[in-house]
Order: sequence, then structure tokens, then C-alpha cells
Amino acid sequence: MAQQSMSAFTSSVADDDAQRARVQAHTHSWKKPFTPAIGKCVYGLAHVRGGGSAFPGEVVEKLDPGFLARTLSNLPLGTVVVSGTNGKTTSTRMVVSLLESLGLKVFTNPTGSNFVRGVISSLLPQISLSGKLDADIAVLELDEAYSVKFVQQVQPRYTLLLNVMRDQLDRFGEIDTTARLLAHAAHATSGTLILNREDPLIAGLAKQARPGTHISYYGLGSDNLRKLFPNDAQLHSSTLHAIEQLTGSAMPIDHKAEQSREEEWKRASSLPADVLLTGVETGFATLHMDGLEKRTSMRVSGVYNMFNAAGALAVARAVVADASKSADLENVSPTQRQRLEKASHITTEQLIDAVSTVTPAFGRGETVMVNNVPVELVLVKNPGGFRLALRSFPAQGTSTMIAINDEYADGRDMSWLWDVDFASLASTGVSEVTGVRAWDMTTRLAYDGVNVQQTQTNLHEALMAFLQREPEKPKRIYCTYTAMLALRQELSQIATIENVGVRA
Amino acid sequence: MSELEDRIHTVEGENHLHLAESEDHLHSGEAENRINVIDDRVRPAVDIVSLYPRDMNIYGDTGNVLVVAKRLWLYGYQPVVHYVNQGDAWPEHVDIILGGGGQDSGQKKIQDDLMARAPQLRQMADEGVPMLVICGLYQLFGNFFRTIDGDEIPGIGIFDAETLGKTARLIGNLVASSDYGTLVGYENHSGQTFLHGQTKALGRVTSGEGNNAEDETEGAQKNNVIGTYMHGSVLPKNPKLADFLVMKAVEHRYGSFTNLADSSMQAELEKLDECARQASQVAQHRPR
Repeated sequence: MAQQSMSAFTSSVADDDAQRARVQAHTHSWKKPFTPAIGKCVYGLAHVRGGGSAFPGEVVEKLDPGFLARTLSNLPLGTVVVSGTNGKTTSTRMVVSLLESLGLKVFTNPTGSNFVRGVISSLLPQISLSGKLDADIAVLELDEAYSVKFVQQVQPRYTLLLNVMRDQLDRFGEIDTTARLLAHAAHATSGTLILNREDPLIAGLAKQARPGTHISYYGLGSDNLRKLFPNDAQLHSSTLHAIEQLTGSAMPIDHKAEQSREEEWKRASSLPADVLLTGVETGFATLHMDGLEKRTSMRVSGVYNMFNAAGALAVARAVVADASKSADLENVSPTQRQRLEKASHITTEQLIDAVSTVTPAFGRGETVMVNNVPVELVLVKNPGGFRLALRSFPAQGTSTMIAINDEYADGRDMSWLWDVDFASLASTGVSEVTGVRAWDMTTRLAYDGVNVQQTQTNLHEALMAFLQREPEKPKRIYCTYTAMLALRQELSQIATIENVGVRA
Repeated sequence: MSELEDRIHTVEGENHLHLAESEDHLHSGEAENRINVIDDRVRPAVDIVSLYPRDMNIYGDTGNVLVVAKRLWLYGYQPVVHYVNQGDAWPEHVDIILGGGGQDSGQKKIQDDLMARAPQLRQMADEGVPMLVICGLYQLFGNFFRTIDGDEIPGIGIFDAETLGKTARLIGNLVASSDYGTLVGYENHSGQTFLHGQTKALGRVTSGEGNNAEDETEGAQKNNVIGTYMHGSVLPKNPKLADFLVMKAVEHRYGSFTNLADSSMQAELEKLDECARQASQVAQHRPR
């Protein structure tokens, strides 16, 4: 029932400004010059001790609550916040990669430290003793709930909001609550708010923007593409294919919902988008921006990731527009000025081309070559993400393994597997099912009529059997978080794995 | 009874072969047409109501509908699913009712409709119609839910039970021993339920909390109505409980249950049960 824990986050968006002012006033001025030194010292000690990565951040946050805001506000292009339910890590990586291709120096937080203390901890080793961060812009991936805490301390100049989907409900409660969490970041944004116009809950956040903040939408170029990208309501309302097949009848069409969905689509396509994804093919995306339509190769796989590229492009486009203004700021060093000037002259064509250089993030459509056969790792965290992944990657021509763990980081509850429709795997079957909860997954597949060749809870044994069965065939592994970490470790014993973590 | 006997006769007679054939085609994509041709003639229909699928259907409780439909199919019956949301007409035949958990907002949205259907639901419960209600709907099948703010939400009183809102949420793996074997599932609720009088518990908690943090009861059963806090979904990993509901549904419709499965269907049932047994073994020993 009641989501008691949410009360901390349900404050009004208007309170954030006051809260930010309080945080910044709270630090006694005499302390401020010492914070970097103390922080770096604690950071050093924590690493000698082998302590948790957030610990130095915790110390600094207590000692000098204004530290984070002060440090980031010195950046000539300010801070980019990336949030939403699915695709944060990939999108953050894309934004960083595009901005770096402009020649900018970018600070970002490593995956898994997407909360305030984690951001501070990752800042400490990169600042000088005078407290200056040697970067032009910061790009931060923030969890929906932590984005509220963050914007109460730091005002982002750019915010990219991706989507709202049912994650694990025990985390945030209801989907409307998740949208309300993101409203804080939308309201706090001072420069450009970049919104996915195809997700009605995200597009609706435009009205949270403060006067003067520019709204930039990104979207899909056709209704055909929209069918590839169901939003949460569509994902959730659809019945399981197996029930339809057994009973011979589909869940009755909710005409009212259907109509409102069509109206939503119409409304979405009437919003003026700055960047559009207009076509997807295996390994290629076609993007439209400022009158130029261009097909570009993509190293990141999965149609959903290609759509995230449109969002990342919209961020880069807004930054380019601001770069020359920022070059004139007083506190900008000569080398910084050079970088900013250069970035301001980037053409639309160069920007779209830069998308092709983005490499996949850790376990997000990452491909490892084993004996010349591609093995693709696809991280699945929630029913929406799993459903999207199954739509994004066709099963034909590939052998499939599914690895499901239930450690704390994966989520202990297996219920979510029953919200995913696996019927699309029925024609090919699944080669191997593994992980602590392999039998939960196998049971799930059995009820969807998906044949499983072998179930083996031991990850190592399962991986070896999977690689040896049909050795020539490309392979794909859907895996939960801890299973992904373990499988990467296993794969690194037999293949070369790039360290593709975002500065991990 | 005679209707079912007629149908059984047909199944065991000339159509038997076709039935087995249709099984082979179940996963081939062209199955739908075939199934329908066979079904209309031989498979006795059993009508399932999925109650409030729009607003009371979180944490994969749809899985329970799939399990009941699939097991009915494998026992030789034709499952028919009716999705009943607020204001929808009640179907002509109802042999089993399945309802899931929901959030605060979901409970509020169905509140009035549930009260309007209460006399009918109570009568069906008395007549032995099997029902399975999870979490939020289980709470509303009791006498009342008193929220933490002191508001009282009336229930439909099928279970002699009351639910009190608490500050701490009970979240985690849940294991209970019951007449249906060791039950495993996952609980996630802040309302705590206390049973009274004629309503007996579904099981005794061996790991986790169950109905409340005080006694060791989990869930409730009155006649063939089962309430539980177990998500998971609950039925896939607890096939004995699923079969109890399936059999009672067939009994309600045809007077008694007969297993009409041919050997390939029987083999598939056994495969499902073996997967469930392995999954349950693991679930029983996972941390909270």
C-alpha cells in the first residue's frame, strides 16, 4: 500500500530554489578554501583503506554542503543531467562521447555512482587544491530519485529526460510518482530542457520549465517507427501472447485508451522536434537535424539505443549553440576558450557523423568476439527494459542465453519476469538458461511455450556449454546486473574485453 | 455431468488424434486456427474472470491467469478469459476469479465497483467458486482496511479479517507450509492482516512475515477462496495450489474434475511441475 518512503521526494518543485540557496549559504566561508584538500585527503585514505567509493563524498557533503554546487558552477558550460527509467547509462555515454568529439573536456560520473555523494567522490581526484575542476562541462547520470536531491544542490543548465517506465515498484511506487520526481530536474533547468516527445509523461514535463528555459524535443519520424517504441502504458496494458493463444481471444481493445493513445501520438508528432530518428536498420540509424537527414553507422545496437542517440544529439546541439557565448566568460582560461570556440563551429553534419563513433556502455548491447563469433551482452533490469530489448534484437539467426540472478542489485523479487512476454523467442527457442534463478526463468519460458535446451544454475558451466553449442552462430545473452558482471569476468578469461565502462 | 461425459467420450474417440496433433502444433505459429477447430467440438469450456486487470495487476500477477489458462488447456479443457474492469458486464459463466495486487491509487479506483459487486461475489464464494486474490485485493476481501491515517476502507467481508496500515513495509521472500505443500512467493505490503473466526490461514510462515509481523499466519482460505500476500507470481512455483483452483473451477462447471490430458499433454504438465519444483527449491533458500 502506501509508499511512506516517498514523502522526502514529494516536496514541491518550487521549494528546490530555496533549498539550493540554503545549501549554498550553509557553509561557513572560512571552511571553503580547505574543502578540496580535506576531501582529497579523505579520498586518498579511503582508497588506501579500500573503503566504499561514496565515503569521501559523504565527508565532504557534511563538511561543506555547498562544495558540489560551487565546483560545478565554475564550469563554463555548466552541468548536463541525464535521467529517466531506461537508457540512462547509454545516453550519458553518448552525450559524453559527442561532446568530446567537439573537442570539449568533459567530467562525468562512473556508472553506479549516480547519487550526490557518488558524484562528489568522483569529483575529488579531478580537482586542483584550489578547488577548480579542469573541465568545460559535466555530464551526470542520475537516478530518478537522486535527481531530486541533486537539483536541490546544483542547478543543471541542460537536462535530458528519456522516459518513465514501471521499474521495480518497490523503489519508487507508482509511475506518476516517478514523473513527479523528474519534474524537479525539469523545473531546476536553467538553459535547455531536452525531452522525449514520444513519451507523454516526459513531454508533459515541458510545463514545469521556468520562464526563459528553452525546450528542445527529440522524437521519432514516423508512426511506423513509433510501433517499435511502445511507452509504458502500451507495454503494461498488453496481455501475454500465450494467454491469447490458449484462449483464442485477445484482451478486449480498450477503445478509450486506444483513442487517447492515438491522440497522444498526434499530439506528439505536432510538437516541433529538433532532432528526429527517421530510420533504423541493423548497424545504421538515419537522423534528421536542422534540415539535414543523414544515415550513419552505429556501433551501439538495439533500436532503443538508436533513439537515445537522438536525445544525445539534441543535447550536443544545444551545447554547440551556447559554446561561443561561454567562451567570452571571464573565468575561462585561454585553452578553454580555444576549445569552446572550436566547438561552436561544429557543423550539423559533423555532429551526426560523431554518433557513429559512440561505443556501447558496459553490458548495454556490448559485443565481445569469442573465436570470431560475436557474443552480445544485453542488460535487463525491469519488465519494460526486457520487453524493449526483445523487440530491439530479433531472435532469428542468433542463439540466446538468459542469465537471471536475484542478488540485491538485481532485485530479489522474480515477479517481474511474468510481466515480460517471451513469445517472440518461441520460434527459435533458448539455448541456455542460467543464474541463481535459472529455474524461475525456465518455468516462465515453459508457460510461454519457449523450448529451453539446457538449464544450468552455474554461470561458468552454462557459458561454456552455450559457446560450444552451434559454435559458428552469433550469440546473445540477456542478463541481470550481477550476472552481467560475472559473465564479463568469465568472458575476459577467453576473449579481449575493452574497458568500456563510462570512466569506470 | 452428462455434458462433460459426452465430451470426454468425444475426446477419447475419433478426435483424440486431432487433439494430440494440435499439441504438436502448439508452438508452430499456425496453432491458433487448429486449436479453435478442435476446441469448439471437444474441449469443455471453463470461464476465467481476470478481475480488474487494468488497475490491480502489478508485480506480474498476470502470471496467475496464464498458469490457470495453460493448466486447464493441458488437462483438456478450453480456457476462456474474461477481463472485467470497473463497470464491465459480468460474463454469463464464471468458474474461477483471479485478482491481483495494486497500489493505493488502484485500490481507490476499484473501490466503488467492488462494493457494487460484493453481494454477487459473496454468493459465488458460498457456492464454492474458486477465487485467488493477491495482496491489495486480498485486503479488500476482508472486513475493512484501516489506513495509517485512521481512514477506514470497507472490504467485502468474504474473509473474516481486518487489515491495519503500518509504517514498516514487509518486503522479501516468503515461505509457508500449507495443505498445498511448501508455498514460496514474494511479499511487499505495508497493510498487516489479522484473521478471525471461521477464516483459516492459507499457511504457516517458515520464512518471512506473511499476514502480519505478529502471528505466523500467511494468507487466508474460506471455502475455495484463497487470499495471499504472495507475488512471484504465486501459481507458477506452487502448482498444487494452482491445481486446487483449476479442479474446483472444473467442478463448479461440470460437477466433478476429470483429467482429459493425453500423453503429450501429461508430459508437458510434468515438465512444468519439474521446473516449478526446482524453482521452489531455490526460492526456499534465498535471502529475505
